[in-house]
Amino acid sequence: MDRREFLSVAGGAAVAAWMPGAAFAQRAAGNYNNLLILVELKGGNDGLNTVVPYADGEYYNLRPRLAISRDQVLQLDARSGLHPSLQPLMALWGNRELAIVQSIGYPSANLSHFRSIEIWDTASKSSEYLSDGWLARAFAASPVPQSYAADGIIVGSNEMGPLAGGGTRALALTNTEQFLRQARLAVPMGSSRNAALNHLLKVEQDVAQAASSLNTNYTFRAEFPNHQLGNAFKTAAQVIASKAGVAVVKVSHNGFDTHSGQQGVHARLLKELAEGMVAMRTATQEIGRWDSTLMMTYAEFGRRPKENQSAGTDHGTANAHFVLGGRVKGGLYGPPPALTRLDGNGNLPFAVDFRDLYATALEKWWGINSSVALNGRFNPVDVLKA
Amino acid sequence: MATLKRLLMWLLLFAPAAAIAAGPMGFDEARHLLNRTSFAANIDDISAFARLTREQAADRLLSWTGRGVKTQAPRWVNNFESPRRLRMMSEGERMQFQREQFEKGVELRGWWLTEMLTTQSPLTEKMVLFWHNHFVSSLQKVRSPVLMYRQHMLLRKHALGYFGDFLHDIGKDPAMVVYLDNASNRKGQPNENFAREVMELFTLGEGNYTEKDIKEAARAFTGWGLDIDSGEFVFRQQAHDEDVKTVLGRSGSFDGDAVLEILLAQPQTAEFIVTKMWREFVSPNPDPNEVKRVARMFRDNRYNIRIALRALLVSDAFYAPQNRAALIKSPVELIVGTLRQFRFETGETTPFVFVSRSLGQDLFAPPNVKGWPGGEAWINSATLLARKQLLERLFRAQEMRQPALMSMNREDGERVKGVGKLGADGRERFMRAMMDIHFDGGKWLAQFKSGDPLLTRVLLPADPVNTQIASLEGNELLRQLVLDPVYQLK
Repeated sequence: MDRREFLSVAGGAAVAAWMPGAAFAQRAAGNYNNLLILVELKGGNDGLNTVVPYADGEYYNLRPRLAISRDQVLQLDARSGLHPSLQPLMALWGNRELAIVQSIGYPSANLSHFRSIEIWDTASKSSEYLSDGWLARAFAASPVPQSYAADGIIVGSNEMGPLAGGGTRALALTNTEQFLRQARLAVPMGSSRNAALNHLLKVEQDVAQAASSLNTNYTFRAEFPNHQLGNAFKTAAQVIASKAGVAVVKVSHNGFDTHSGQQGVHARLLKELAEGMVAMRTATQEIGRWDSTLMMTYAEFGRRPKENQSAGTDHGTANAHFVLGGRVKGGLYGPPPALTRLDGNGNLPFAVDFRDLYATALEKWWGINSSVALNGRFNPVDVLKA
Repeated sequence: MATLKRLLMWLLLFAPAAAIAAGPMGFDEARHLLNRTSFAANIDDISAFARLTREQAADRLLSWTGRGVKTQAPRWVNNFESPRRLRMMSEGERMQFQREQFEKGVELRGWWLTEMLTTQSPLTEKMVLFWHNHFVSSLQKVRSPVLMYRQHMLLRKHALGYFGDFLHDIGKDPAMVVYLDNASNRKGQPNENFAREVMELFTLGEGNYTEKDIKEAARAFTGWGLDIDSGEFVFRQQAHDEDVKTVLGRSGSFDGDAVLEILLAQPQTAEFIVTKMWREFVSPNPDPNEVKRVARMFRDNRYNIRIALRALLVSDAFYAPQNRAALIKSPVELIVGTLRQFRFETGETTPFVFVSRSLGQDLFAPPNVKGWPGGEAWINSATLLARKQLLERLFRAQEMRQPALMSMNREDGERVKGVGKLGADGRERFMRAMMDIHFDGGKWLAQFKSGDPLLTRVLLPADPVNTQIASLEGNELLRQLVLDPVYQLK
């Protein structure tokens, strides 16, 4: 590789360009046999009612109507417990395959849905505007092998999120059979200088390639719950079972923007989440992939500790998230929510940067350099078995 | 003589641009203008507009706007169903009620699609679509087709009116009051949702206010609520916070309208709206200087939307070669444009309600308060394939002399998402409507001589990608033209 090629590959990593050794390290192939599944909790999940600080009196002061009572919580340790709807996850917890990372966030949190999810998707600073997703940048530096059906698939959403931009081969899918039936209409026809047209041409190209290597030959014995998220996991599982797989799957779980009447809605959403993730575990175990699967939840933000007048919660900051998989070291990570140290808006301070989790996936899961994708050095969270 | 010579010199030096702009616009410019401001440009309209100057053309389009809806509104639009009644229902009654609400939602979408298909002023509909994607509310949360209909009529009322009046009215629109939770915004316990979105998405744009501004503004909007029996806006004095608020550096015991006036006084608001109109009508890359120029006109003319739109439609940027074929059609533009362009006969528009949803644009239910992101985001593997499949079926059906979309019926008719919820009668009507879709290819093609290059120029905004098109004729030519990626552009 000559220097110019390297520069185009590494994008803006100007400093690294002066370190030939690092340059080759970045180009090293990642271990994309390891699958990453991202589960987006759209709208901003209420972390406090997901991982409940049930021994903290302040929690009950802030949530007179919405608090989960101590006797309902599924206790994890002497301080923290899960929302009762997450019962299906307790089997994973008992098996030490579920890590819960608390107080995740970033400095100068933005409370807008759109801006904050953009920050998460592009792994930018709060004050920085990037156009490419963090996975798109990672794959530009350490490409997923061409033999894969695609770099990643997005199920149940039209937003490319972390896979947006660059030359990423990302597919949006709802149903695999339908995709394969329709794919004959896609014909690869080159590229164009017209940006809109070029986008259309690239999508046709990606579809044609994916269709030639995906199939639905495998029928799962595992059953998927009959709701939107369950169907999304089912589609994802079919893609994973194909011989030519993908490196990343993103599924979306919608409806977490619970400004009013939160209780019932949130209970249902969490139940669906737990059922869906557990079904995915069963399915990947069935095809021998659970040990090479890492599942992580994320969301634009958590919600405000103090409930609002409408029995709901407003936009907040730091949040708790789940990391699960056959090679995850189960347990609680990160400090519990600091309810007595709220900021001027009544929001929580963060302790674990969300990019630390991304660094975990990039460095520890795929074995690739994370500083290009994350625009800096972040410390992986020690949630994986060696 | 010397003076005359100087004058000629001056004309030669500076006139070319002006001279072109002052003369008739010609076929390609007329096609471009009509394609951007209507759903589809047909050959007769293009020919008529080709004889006009840019200014005359823009004025003519604008003069046709705002003449009211021709399509008969659904019969239930004046019967607000109070949620109070819902609370007293049995489980069975409630399920029946929810099914009726779903059917009304489908009917409402079909009603608007019918208007788009038949209107004499497509630009009016494009502007209503624009505002539907700006002042966003969704049936998913509002849950009242009646309130969504009322909001829609408010969007129509102001679509080409004055943005300031529009903003004040939309803040008090019952569907918006529900959608952005102002209904539960009370003194001492403010709900920030509306205050945040009104700044971030309706006026200033992200980064032009602080979290403190939002908190203060939210207090000013306390008391703006909804009468649960009539579904009308109501101001509740006792829930309103009378204390002093400081918003964007100004202090006073503001009410909601006062805060909206503060937002309208910011030059940023005009620039934010004009930028958005630019992305809709001109190109994905707004020119900051041009935006400033048009925004100034917009603000100087009391936020007259018509004036801002006209300024964009007569601008050089609008007609610049690099901005032609630079935008991607929305699902509704693709569907309505195809049906209008090819003069499809249609019965009820119900099938297209579901088609537009599967292409990523469920009318009256944008995905979130920011609306549909549009542009390249319209196109991913799933939506592009769904677009192509729709087009292929519409045109294949013609060839096989069977009603269009019938094949869709067999393969996935029952699986079209949501159709099952229509009930037996609704499904029956849905199937009948699918059979009512017809296209007379021979008649349409008869407008053109065989091998007429105009045919391609009418249908596509740029040269097709598929190089074999030049050798095709008849129905196969039409099919390949609509399946060409360039057909997705406008």
